[in-house]
Amino acid sequence: MAPQDPPPEPSEGAPSATAEGNARRRSDRHPVNWLLVVPVVVPLLTMLFNHDGPRIAGFPAFYWMQFAFIPLGVLCTAIVYQATKRGKGGDR
Amino acid sequence: MKDHMTEFVVFAALFVLVSGMGFVAARWRRPQTMDSLDEWGLGGRSFGSWITWFLIGGDLYTAYTFVAVPALVFGAGAAGFYAVPYTIVVYPLVFLVLIRLWSVSHRHGFVTPADFVRARFGSPSLAAVIAITGIVATMPYIALQLVGIESVLKAMGINGHWPILIAFAILAAYTYQSGLRAPALIAFVKDALIYIVIIVAVLYIPSKVGGWGHIFDSAQAKFAKTPAPSDGVLLDGTNQLNYAMLALGSALALFLYPHSVTGVLASKNRNVIKRNMSALPAYSFVLGLIALLGYMAIAAGVKPLSTGGKPDTNTVVPVLFDKMFPDWFAGVAYAAIGIGALVPAAIMSIAAANLFTRNIYKEFWRKDATDKEEAVVSKLVSLIVKVGAVVCILALDPEFSIDLQLIGGVIILQTLPAVGLGLVTNWFHRGGLIAGWVAGMASGLWMLSQIPNPAKHKAHFGGSAYKLSDLGLDTKMTVYVGILALAVNLAVAVAASLVLKAAGAKDGADVTTPEDYTADEGDPKVHELELTSST
Repeated sequence: MAPQDPPPEPSEGAPSATAEGNARRRSDRHPVNWLLVVPVVVPLLTMLFNHDGPRIAGFPAFYWMQFAFIPLGVLCTAIVYQATKRGKGGDR
Repeated sequence: MKDHMTEFVVFAALFVLVSGMGFVAARWRRPQTMDSLDEWGLGGRSFGSWITWFLIGGDLYTAYTFVAVPALVFGAGAAGFYAVPYTIVVYPLVFLVLIRLWSVSHRHGFVTPADFVRARFGSPSLAAVIAITGIVATMPYIALQLVGIESVLKAMGINGHWPILIAFAILAAYTYQSGLRAPALIAFVKDALIYIVIIVAVLYIPSKVGGWGHIFDSAQAKFAKTPAPSDGVLLDGTNQLNYAMLALGSALALFLYPHSVTGVLASKNRNVIKRNMSALPAYSFVLGLIALLGYMAIAAGVKPLSTGGKPDTNTVVPVLFDKMFPDWFAGVAYAAIGIGALVPAAIMSIAAANLFTRNIYKEFWRKDATDKEEAVVSKLVSLIVKVGAVVCILALDPEFSIDLQLIGGVIILQTLPAVGLGLVTNWFHRGGLIAGWVAGMASGLWMLSQIPNPAKHKAHFGGSAYKLSDLGLDTKMTVYVGILALAVNLAVAVAASLVLKAAGAKDGADVTTPEDYTADEGDPKVHELELTSST
């Protein structure tokens, strides 16, 4: 379930004997996937943000920092999506 | 009720509007026939990025969330804000796994997570265990959507049960007729209303109660006066670990819930899912603002309504709206919450019905059930599921549904080794997975039963934060039960798989191939491949 594991080895399961017809092998492996680790780990490190100050617009750090992690997550997933998306039937 | 006439009229008008949409939805993106689970239960597996965004957003961020999260922040402070890291962590966490689930389901025509487990581990019994876990975890969740509607009705001074019965009867009727298309269409209205209400609320309410700084300060002043040591606008030493683990555990659990899987499988290709993983956090932003409504309620001096002498903190947000907004806009806000209950309730009942039909009825009673028969059974079961949820709320203390929901999160996590890890590896032995599930369920339920809640005068099932000192560790820290139970589950599943493999016990056959997990829209499906190879 954890994405920090690299995408699984193609060796899983029995080697497919029936796959000749659709042998063009595609993989979800890509180095950019490692970027997904950042937004999974950072929001869980409570020591980073469990402080009252500095306040921004009245918000204690605890709150504005966690709000700031949302664009961080969006950025990381968007980069991975852009780097790994498939064109409309293009790379098949 | 008389004081709330304007609110009620606006609420009722919007409610009638979406009910109409629910019935019309059957003709939206009209299929040739509704007589299959692909159409009734998954909307034709054809939803693009926008529909999927509204559908999954409407599915995951439920009315109960909108009511309970600020209630938690109102009562406990920072600890209730875990919903924000939870919904940030979840999308990158499941990004690579969900696309594999979509691909293998597309290739094999799976409708439920248990369908996948059956094919992956060659075990109908394991699939049935996964299906039953999913149904049991989902039922109280549906019941809690009713709690969301009830809190709004209470704020309008309506206390009887009849409005809920009417609302659910209408919901049941259009879900029966339109299937997943109904919540998909209604989700547009629900989400639009929620966004409008929250944007207005966060711009308007703080200016009326003295600004954000004052809101946080008055919350801190309130918590400083309470005897409980761990409440406050910041976490303390004992609940930080629990905060992180609750966020992580909830994130791991979210896409194991059958209704989340339904939303994912209804999308038309892998790119739709990937794009949504970076677009769905928009809802997390709204959820964070909703959580802060709890502090606004403190600053505004809101007192929760009482029923039967007990203050019901779930009413703080509706009461805040009643106090702050003009009547007509409070009505809009109530409608947002009420309609917010309908979308997830519909999807959850569809998902639970599909599990029953595919993994119990078809598996054990009617192996040769046709597509049409599957659809008929699912439609009927979706009605039964909703009746069950209503009975839950009417016959039992709502408090009990909240306990069940708490338990639901812990037990759905016990399907992670088979469903989540199963998408990455088929190493586990089917017997090992069942043994792990039994161990995880037993240890999870035992730990939950040991947690008291002094504030509610309960000795058992009082929360999900387990004291590590109860395990003999010299610390005051607490950890989310779900994570501990999952650790037990995994340890047993690995050990039992090793033993069973060493003993040469017969394992099920994996009928999926590695290519299945990267298939995309337009790739041949398995039954199509079989047709070409046989001719």
